[in-house]
Amino acid sequence: MQLTNRAKKIDKSEMTLAERMYLPAIAGGMAITLKHFFKKKPTINYPEQKRYLGPVFRGHHILKKDEAGRERCTACGLCAVACPAEAISMVAAERKAGEENLYREEKYAAVYEINMLRCIFCGFCEEACPKQAIYLRHDQFVPVFMSRDEVIYGKDRLVEDMSSRYLREGWK
Amino acid sequence: MDIFWIKAIIILVIFGLSLFVAMYSTWAERKVAGYMQDRPGPNRAGWGGLLQPLADAGKMFFKEDFIPAQANKWLFIAGPCLAMLTALLSSAVIPFGDTLRIDGQEIQVQGIEVNIGILWVFGIVSLGVYGVMVGGWASNNKFSLLGAIRAASQNISYELALGLSLIAVIMMTGSLSVRDIVNSQHGGGWNILFQPLGFVIFLTCAFAECNRTPFDLPECEAELIGGYHTEYSSMKLGFYLFAEYVNMFVSSCVVSALYFGGFNYPFMDKVAEALGNDATGHNIATAIGFFAFFAKALFFVFFFMWVRWTLPRFRYDQLMNLGWKSLIPLSILNIIVTGIGLMFNLRWFSWVAVGIIVAVVAIQAATKPKAARGILEAAPVR
Repeated sequence: MQLTNRAKKIDKSEMTLAERMYLPAIAGGMAITLKHFFKKKPTINYPEQKRYLGPVFRGHHILKKDEAGRERCTACGLCAVACPAEAISMVAAERKAGEENLYREEKYAAVYEINMLRCIFCGFCEEACPKQAIYLRHDQFVPVFMSRDEVIYGKDRLVEDMSSRYLREGWK
Repeated sequence: MDIFWIKAIIILVIFGLSLFVAMYSTWAERKVAGYMQDRPGPNRAGWGGLLQPLADAGKMFFKEDFIPAQANKWLFIAGPCLAMLTALLSSAVIPFGDTLRIDGQEIQVQGIEVNIGILWVFGIVSLGVYGVMVGGWASNNKFSLLGAIRAASQNISYELALGLSLIAVIMMTGSLSVRDIVNSQHGGGWNILFQPLGFVIFLTCAFAECNRTPFDLPECEAELIGGYHTEYSSMKLGFYLFAEYVNMFVSSCVVSALYFGGFNYPFMDKVAEALGNDATGHNIATAIGFFAFFAKALFFVFFFMWVRWTLPRFRYDQLMNLGWKSLIPLSILNIIVTGIGLMFNLRWFSWVAVGIIVAVVAIQAATKPKAARGILEAAPVR
């Protein structure tokens, strides 16, 4: 019975002497492997060479700042609500006078933590964020961690560095 | 310098050289495998992975050395030692080069020159199966024993064809000394030109003797777990694997000495003439010959790997059929044809054997109608 039309005719008759000598077939096979020997290798030598992951890749989280360097996050908690793994937690605080250059709105996240053991990189947080504050970088993995006290990412590891801003279009 | 010491140094150099080549064969094997499979192979330890053998050896030495409780302890230890010993012994009679002139003495670049050289190689090589056999037996493991038995029967059946295919070469040379065989090929008359069939048989049997793919039945993951070295770990396993590589180098040397002119290379007389006949010139000419020999041997090491990463393993009955029903009759045919050629002083006569085979193949292909070649049936692809 034929289930698909991807079928190949197979000759199951007895082999001729030329075929039973194997040698012509062996020579043919060896020609093929030798051709592959001299071929260009498609290998990407990973730690030294990295390939473009694509614009939709979801990696390391980043808390964006605006052009003036003020944190965008207002600690509304929508990301934490949207998070199916419940990895995000935060503590809100009120902006004091003189902190206008640090935080864009009157409320900000004093503590913002993501548990990287729980995070499943679904990207719901960035979809939920009304302030366009949280993104998942498309150019960076979360680094490997060796112990459990490394896995809670606080603001020290999440807030954007103004000297090297994350720009989605700029990375090609 | 005393000739004894010079000889001792030469023997040590040959010893070290075969170990060195075997060591880097393990690297080259993986590199060749990688390149043939469109990947770069080991490239982390050192430049291009060149320190890989050291890393492997380090791993082998520091792994747990385990001896099964029910194993015969001394035989278990003796197995890999025997394999290594026999592998290293057989390189003694291979002439790696012509002669060196030191203090007015002519010293052959060779471990020992004996007039039964090739018999020495065969004797030692046939002892090599003891390493496998003893290892498989001492493990007290049924699968190991099966692997060892396979190895033994395979080696016996292929040694016959190996010896028979060689007889044609010995008939043409009239000597068992490897050096004489090499010298008789001086001036471009390499045996491969006169013994095409013998060469193919010899090469096939050499593969089987070294337990290399496609004839690596003693070690067969699918049905024997690991074959004769299933129970071996650490450097004992390392010795077995290493002995295989030494064997491979030695058989490459034997093949290039017997069929590819050994240290002879084209225009060597002109080169030797240009270098002069004094001690330095002669020694340089010998060195070039040595490198020619080495290049041939290394090509065959590559060839061994090339075949390994091309062909799948033979089934056991296919192996036995090939050995007993094809290679032995063919080598006898080769002896007869060569003998007839020698009787009428025709060196090229053994090509007739090839001609006969080609003719039979052609006749069969021509007379067998295409329609009679069985029913075509559809089979799913992938």
